Order: sequence, then structure tokens, then C-alpha cells
Amino acid sequence: MIFEYAPAPESRSVVSLRETYDLFIDGEFTPARSGDHLTVLNPADETELARVAVAGEADVDRAVTAARRAHETVWSRMSGAERGKYLFRIARIIQERSRELAVLESMDNGKPVKETRDVDLPLVAAHFFYYAGWADKLAHAGFGPDPKPLGVAAQVIPWNFPLLMLAWKIAPALATGNTVVLKPAETTPLTALVFAQICQEADLPPGVVNILTGAGETGRALVGHPGTDKVAFTGSTEVGRQIARAVAGTDKRLTLELGGKGANIVYDDAALDQAVEGVVSGIFFNQGHVCCAGSRLLVQESVADEFLPRLKERIAKLRLGDPLDKNTDIGAINSAAQLERVRELTATADEENVERWSPACELPEHGYWFAPTVLTGVSQAHRVAREEIFGPVLSVLTFRTPEEAVAKANNTPYGLSAGVWTEKGSRMLWTAERLRAGVIWSNTFNKFDPTSPFGGYKESGYGREGGRHGLEAYLG
Amino acid sequence: MAERRGTKKSRKNTDTTGGAGAEGADGGTARDGTTEPRPPARLAVRKTYKLYLGGAFPRSESGRSYPVASADGTHLANASLASRKDARDAVTAARKAFGGWSGRTAYNRGQILYRVAEVMEGRREQFAAQIADAQGLPRAQADRIVSAAVDRWVYYAGWTDKFAQVLGGANPVSGPFYNHSAPEPTGVVAVFAPQDAPLLGLTSVIAPVIATGNTAVVVTSERAPLAAIDLAEVLATSDLPGGVVNLLTGRAEEIGPHLASHADVNALDLAGAGGLAVEFERAAATTLTRVLRPGPGGGDGEEAWLDTDPGTSRMTPFLETKTVWHPVGV
Repeated sequence: MIFEYAPAPESRSVVSLRETYDLFIDGEFTPARSGDHLTVLNPADETELARVAVAGEADVDRAVTAARRAHETVWSRMSGAERGKYLFRIARIIQERSRELAVLESMDNGKPVKETRDVDLPLVAAHFFYYAGWADKLAHAGFGPDPKPLGVAAQVIPWNFPLLMLAWKIAPALATGNTVVLKPAETTPLTALVFAQICQEADLPPGVVNILTGAGETGRALVGHPGTDKVAFTGSTEVGRQIARAVAGTDKRLTLELGGKGANIVYDDAALDQAVEGVVSGIFFNQGHVCCAGSRLLVQESVADEFLPRLKERIAKLRLGDPLDKNTDIGAINSAAQLERVRELTATADEENVERWSPACELPEHGYWFAPTVLTGVSQAHRVAREEIFGPVLSVLTFRTPEEAVAKANNTPYGLSAGVWTEKGSRMLWTAERLRAGVIWSNTFNKFDPTSPFGGYKESGYGREGGRHGLEAYLG
Repeated sequence: MAERRGTKKSRKNTDTTGGAGAEGADGGTARDGTTEPRPPARLAVRKTYKLYLGGAFPRSESGRSYPVASADGTHLANASLASRKDARDAVTAARKAFGGWSGRTAYNRGQILYRVAEVMEGRREQFAAQIADAQGLPRAQADRIVSAAVDRWVYYAGWTDKFAQVLGGANPVSGPFYNHSAPEPTGVVAVFAPQDAPLLGLTSVIAPVIATGNTAVVVTSERAPLAAIDLAEVLATSDLPGGVVNLLTGRAEEIGPHLASHADVNALDLAGAGGLAVEFERAAATTLTRVLRPGPGGGDGEEAWLDTDPGTSRMTPFLETKTVWHPVGV
């Protein structure tokens, strides 16, 4: 029997967008000196959502100056308890306005509202709530009896989890007494601008949080500005390398959360139905726009023939379409440029004679879409096994022994995440011990919590965000 | 404790509303000093102070009450005089609530403790007036104490999801084993609240006990129990499940021995037990009930509790450490 789903769109009426947005500097919205704007599109239908200012060097300078002044005159002098109370306020306002932010995030990013509503926004509020509580307890965090803030942090975040990445950056920085200048991604600045309004609503002292919108040039100007003490970046490994080079020779501290090519290892004793669910959500969650996505499936040879048909059967049931529909599993690719990258890299699979499969799947006429794709017969030498696709594309490899699984999983310059599916605890721990990755999920995948440190080994970056460990990046 | 017949003065004029002419409701003395009785413009509705048990506000099963007077001897109210049976009912309620409360996520407990602070902030006036009366404090000082009490809830709201990471962790045993220790709440804690610090002191001993997932049976300050019942009204409206905190007003001397020796009480906080502390500690030994002895600084009133960062000192005594071993190998 086939059950059809009637459309169940979330109402856009909770969102009120301005036509244009200025920069948020020193507690006020202020135009960019250049007067330049960029247009923000809804990737699901290519309609224009708003125009946002493009910050240039002069604007970066104003923002850094405001952040420095706020740090020296207000924020670093305030007791931790009072700083924490500002963050609690922000957490509460985010909870109160969570549906508005979820819908806006889906419109701006293209991800399903089911995810923004049930994953992004609860995690955003929880992250502020968690770090709010650290502000007056830093002496107990294991970094000495009286740890000090660094000063002004320059923060650049990606487009895949716009508001969540903002929370991961701003909450620990503020809790530890730093002030920030943050640049959201070029294609997804809108929730950060609503966050700026939330800072106003919370009466956060001017200059503590500054938001500069713009593209790569803005980010380069911010990262290169001599007036900051710390750079925190989440994004591609290539840009991460450029930033590491730019910061070399300065006194700035640096944390980087970069790309990944996560392996999901399915042993022959795994609970296969559960593993199917985990592998599916591991790669198709957020259209695969996840740095810790399980983009390589390593399935034990003895169960591969049983596992793969079940996997495809499950993928065929995923619903692709309107991100604002509450039943949608797979939304839009975030931008035309990203869609081109996903297409290009996946096309190499065809050239290299990798078998490619997608379910029968109707793509909407407008917007940026890519059907969920499974590549089988992939070897370690194939580009689709080595390079981060950052899209809904799963590469399937097989292994015979646990040693081989570990060797293949680790055979990548990345080291952000991995999954281990087995019913045997000792085997899970044996495998986890040998995996060179910062987060290991066992019999689950893509789980996040503000108390749990997140970050990568090797070329997936350095530093951890979340938990007690996440404080270290912002304390001197 | 004020004896019933020894209460020298009538209830204070804050009891009535309506300005001039409102007085005389109790004592018949008008503001101009004449003794001619005059009807009040509006008679205030007084509150009946009862116990807080299992989320409800019952009177003592014994039907007893005792008079509570302000610092200057003015009669304020009659408080319930809790009995041995009330104490046992409180332990039963706390035990019943323990599974649910300790099973909540740390994040959820933090949300609820923060909610307590939010609701309490909205009742600042009530608390300030209450402790100004009870302790004879100048209003500015009372305000400062109330602020500190609200902030204390915020402080412990922040600890709920952090103490495990501060106190627990991986243990590098020499062998192929995963070995991990984590703190867990001990269970039902009987708390003898500070006698001379009826709000900030009380908050400072309750919040750490429940932040970590324990449930509490609290014997409030005997002389100044009214702020505790005001606090119970805050707890009851902050999504805190019934039974997590149970408040008994009355004599520690009368009900304390039954709590100290109760086999279903896991720990005692003797902060306000004073001269009874040693007797209670001895009684606790029978079932190896954990004991937090009274600290130094007793008798300094609310001021003694103003330290803004008590750290984990009031949490660790009520935590067990659980270590899990698991082999590592294919």
C-alpha cells in the first residue's frame, strides 16, 4: 500500500524580513562604508529573501575597535555571574523565538524545517544555556584558579548550520569574557542578523557582539585584522590552511573546524535495520552538508549483499522537496555553486567506472536540488572516496577484518568523525581506540550536545567546541 | 521561638492595606495615636503557612501550629508544627520523586532551577519584606540577600550539566579496558537548614542537593520559617516535580532524630543542626547515612552565605561515584 503525504508546510508568517540589512556594530545596525550589498536567495526556489551589506576593511576596523572597547570597559570587568545572566537571557529569547528562527533558517539555508525545528534550534538554545552556566565557574574548569579571557575574537562560520555554528562560536567566547566580531556565511546571514536583534533585546552591552556580513573578502579582512587576539573558523580545509598561514607569526590563538570524510563501519554482527537508519541519517541529514557526515560506508563483506538492498530500499522512501514542508527529509542544496561542486565531484565517479544509484526522485523545477546518491564498487583510490563532496552522496566500500576496517577508515587526510556498528561492546571500543577521529559514534550517528566536545584530528582542524574542553580555546 | 502567650505585639501594620485609617484591624490603635477603634478601609487577607509535602501544601497531620514572630517580637503568623509522621511522609514523598528527578536530563534540571530563579525574581518584594521582618534587617540589606538568593539558583542551574565533567572522567587503567567514572546522586537528603539564614542560607543548602538529582526533606529555620514556605510556592510553580523538595516547619529537636535514623534517608546536611549535629551524626551511622557536618561561620546570619562561588563543596557530599569497566578487544 502506498501512503501519499499531503503537503504540510510550516507557515512563513512567523518570519518578518526586512528588505535590506545593515552591519551590526557597537550595538547598532549601521550601513557598510562602501554601500555595497549582496543578495540572499532562498535555495529552494531561487527567490530573493533580502539584501545584506558587504563589510569592507573600514567596517572590520570599526567592529574590532568596538569589540576592543567593549572588552576593556565592560565585558572583562563584569563578574562572571552577571555575564552568565546575559547569556541565560539570550538562551531564553532564542527559546521564545525558536519557531521564527527555525523557519527563517530553512528559508535561508534550504534544510528541512523538521531539522531546524527539532535539531538546530534546540541545540542553539541549549548551547547558550550551557555556556551561560560556565561564566561564573571558570575556576572549576581545570584551566587554573583564575583563567583570563583572550580579548577580541574574530569568528568566521559556514552556511551548513548557520545559527548553530554562531552559537558554538559566540556562547563560549562570551562566557569566558571575550568579545566577538563574527562573520556569517555569504549565503546564510539572515539568522545571524536576527541574533543581532536578540542581543539588543537582551540589553547586551554594545560592542560585545558585532556581526559583519559579506563574502570571502570580508572574512579575509577580519581574519587578517591585527587588532584581534583569537581566530576561530569553521569551514573548508582549504580556507583553514589559508587562515593558518595568515595567522602564523602573530600572537593570535587559532582554532579550526574543517572538513571530513567520515567512515561508518558496519560489522557483520550489527543490528542491520538500526545500522541502515544510522547510515542513512549519517549521510543524508542536512543534505550531507555536514562536516562530520558519514560519507564513506565501510560494510563488512559478509553482510554487504544483505545490507545494501535494505539501504537502498530505505533511501527510496526519503522525501525530497520543499524545506518548509514538515514531512520533508531532504531539502535544497544551499547554493548554485555548491550544487556545481557536488555534481562535478560525483561525475568523477562515472569517469572512474563507479556504479551510481539514485532512487526514482522528482526534483523541483526551481531551486538547487540533488537526488540522494549511492556509489558502490568504490575503491580507496577513487576521488569520491578521498575528497569531501559535502552533498547527499554516499560512497560504499567493503572490508573483511576489523584491522582492514580501521586501516581503510583512517586512510584519509581528514579525522573528524566515524561510526561503528556492532552489537559487541569490546569490538566497538577496540575500533574506537584505533580510529584517528575526534568524534566516534557507536550504534548512532550525528549526535550533538553542548556538553560534548566536538572537533577533528589531522586536516579536520584543531581545537574542540562544546563541553568543558570548549572553554580552553577562549582562555589565556 | 516565640511562645504563644509571650507574643508582645500585634501583627505589624504592613498587614493591612488602604493607607490611613487601615490600622486598628488588630490592635485598635490608629496612626494619630488615639485609641478610638475605626474600621479599616480594607482588611488584608492573611496567608496560612502550611507544610510543603509531595508538591502539596498540607497542614501538619498533628494539627499543631506555633507562633512565629518578627525580630522585634511582633507576631507574624502561625506556622505548622511538623510531627514525626509528617517527617516520614516527607521521606516517602522524596523517595517517590527520586527516580523521576534523577532520571531527568541534566539540561532539564538546569532549565527548572533557572525557572525557579525567574519566578523568584518576580516576587522580590515579598521575599525582601519577609526576611526584613524575620531578621530585623534594613530593607537595602534584605534586598541584597534576596538578589543573592535568586542568583544562587542561577548558579546551581549552571552546575547541573557540569559537575559530572568536573568530577568524573576516563581512568587510564593498565589493561585493555575502558574505564569511566561518573558521579550520581545519592538519593534522599535530609537537610537541616540554617537557623539564622532563612532565605539565602536555605537556598544555598537546597539548590546544590537537587541540582545533582537528589531529592530533599528540609527542616527549615524554626524561628523564621515563613520565607521557606514562600519559597515553596515558587518551587511549586516552577515545573519542579512534587516531592523533589519537601519543607517541614517546626522543631529540629523533635523531628530531626527520626530523619537522622530513618533507613530511607541517604544523607544528612547538618548545616543548621547546631548542638544536635553530633547526636544526628551518631544516629546516621546505623545505616551509614552520609553526613555533611555544619561548617564554620554559623551564627553570622544570611551574610555568612554571600560567597558567590561555593564550588562543588555542597554537591560532592551527596554524590556517589560510579565506575564502569568494559573490555576492549575484537
